[in-house]
Amino acid sequence: MAAEGGNGKGAAGPSGPRTYPDFSAPTVDKVMVEERAAALGKRSIKKEAKVAGLLLSIAMMDLTTLEGKDSPGKVTQLCQKAMRPHASPEVPPCAAICVYPKLVPVAKHALAGSSVKVASVATAFPSGLSALDVKLDDVRRAVAWGADEIDMVIDRGALLAGEKTRIFDEIAATKEACGSAHLKVILETGELGTYDLVREASQIAMLAGADFIKTSTGKVTPAATPAVTLVMLEAIRDFFYATGKRIGMKPAGGIRTAKQALHYLVLVKETLGDAWLTPDLFRLGASTLLNDVLMQLETQRTGAYQSGDYFSKD
Amino acid sequence: MARAKDKDTAGAPARTDERENGFVPPARLSVRKAYKMLVGGQFVRSESGRYIQVADPMSLGGTKENVPWASRKDVRDAVVVARGAWEGWSGRTAYNRGQILYRLAEMLEARQGELARSLERGGLEASRAATETAVAIDRVVSYAGWADKYQSLFSSLNPVAGPHFNFTVPESMGVVGVVAPARPALLGLLGAVLPIITAGNTAIVLASEEDPRTALVLGEALATSDLPGGVINVLTGRAAELLPHLAKHMEVAALDLHGVTPELARKAEEAAIVNVKRVRTRSIDEAAWFDADGATSPRWIERFVEMKTIWHPSGA
Repeated sequence: MAAEGGNGKGAAGPSGPRTYPDFSAPTVDKVMVEERAAALGKRSIKKEAKVAGLLLSIAMMDLTTLEGKDSPGKVTQLCQKAMRPHASPEVPPCAAICVYPKLVPVAKHALAGSSVKVASVATAFPSGLSALDVKLDDVRRAVAWGADEIDMVIDRGALLAGEKTRIFDEIAATKEACGSAHLKVILETGELGTYDLVREASQIAMLAGADFIKTSTGKVTPAATPAVTLVMLEAIRDFFYATGKRIGMKPAGGIRTAKQALHYLVLVKETLGDAWLTPDLFRLGASTLLNDVLMQLETQRTGAYQSGDYFSKD
Repeated sequence: MARAKDKDTAGAPARTDERENGFVPPARLSVRKAYKMLVGGQFVRSESGRYIQVADPMSLGGTKENVPWASRKDVRDAVVVARGAWEGWSGRTAYNRGQILYRLAEMLEARQGELARSLERGGLEASRAATETAVAIDRVVSYAGWADKYQSLFSSLNPVAGPHFNFTVPESMGVVGVVAPARPALLGLLGAVLPIITAGNTAIVLASEEDPRTALVLGEALATSDLPGGVINVLTGRAAELLPHLAKHMEVAALDLHGVTPELARKAEEAAIVNVKRVRTRSIDEAAWFDADGATSPRWIERFVEMKTIWHPSGA
């Protein structure tokens, strides 16, 4: 049970002991959570409902490029695509572009005047294995360059070693470094091993001040799965009941098909309800997903199955 | 001990029947086979759960057998895997494709009896079934030979008025949809598909509606050959239902239609306009499929290649 709101008051300095909220979280029934997550993927969503769901998934998409070879040209092109994913007017812009800090100014310039936000990974992404001041500097710089949202990674090694308070402090310090920028906390669930630890990590992140919790960096398999997303959604639900605060959710990594996107929307709807079906509280982190969704929309519009050859690659 | 005993009795005439050994064979339940389509190297039923009933004259009491009745979505799934297989298949050396085709002939040879029996069950006399199977296997060998030879026949060095080398070479097209002829069910299917895959394309075949079961038996041989999954995908169902979806699909590069009614062919050609698909119809009578000279002409390969012309400065 969360004893207090959990808004971190900044990094704990070497001065004096501090008290922490209760991190304990209920254990997760592995079999049932996988069963329920899979069952929620079996809905038949057709015609108008499918089109509405696909359009919503585009509006919730964090169009992502996180490669070592990312260039200003590629990011600019991706920004154009995020602002206008398709020629047809009913297709909305994506929610955000997600890039490395160095490319934030490029994205900011390309997206000027649009509704598309700039999200930047930071804190020594993807491993998070750097000194805290280096990580915080990374965050402050990304914010100074214009990032609206920061996607931080937690130090999984520390969490697996049981250093929960350290994770809490780092998240709280990062939240402070973000200033007005929104903070998404990447748990990298593929490295945590158990659903129990995912649930606990979610709890720590939310108590420490995360605006969003996010499954994965996309650099580790397994990345987002429906089951792990369901565990995190349930943590968000219980946190809401306990504190009245609405925390956002972002599954990322391995979401490539329109069908998967709809599956995640069903998970959100069934766990958290309509209030969370907005880009302010739910995002899909993906790079290749957008084309598949656009192809499905074209299939619905024309009645003919589409080919990737007719859609821009980046 | 037991070995020594065996040795003692080895010389004696083997008159010991099962009963003497105390073994009475139990009455068996018949083990009936679920025939499945071949998509991406996997044996699949139709996602729709539909079946077509096919007569089984060799069974007692004239029962019928179920073969899958493919749906629009099965076509879609097959196109996805065929497209996925295309890069690998067309990227192999021509010589390697020839070797793989020859390996397919080896696999078919081993299943000759089963294929012939299936043709019989599909309504052919035993002698005709045996002939068709033999000719079909020989057809595979012929195209295995063509695999690294047709390129030289279709390519040309073009005289141009300028300091350039100018040459034209054939390339594969991509995914080709095939409607196999009703008869001959086995030879017609292979005869239609072989030139297409020899050229480096991948294929989705809608099998003969008169004898769909044989195509599925063939699929079992295809799956055990070295042919990569997805190069030949075999669907059974109704061409009139499935062809329009294949023809509309933006990922399909060409169609090869055999024995399709003029109305259906016209419908396919109209739907094919969206991505300027190449549509070829081929109506030859049953006997022509057996004519080795005519049916193994490299002109059949030429129908599904794209000619690429390259200008290169010669410096002269």
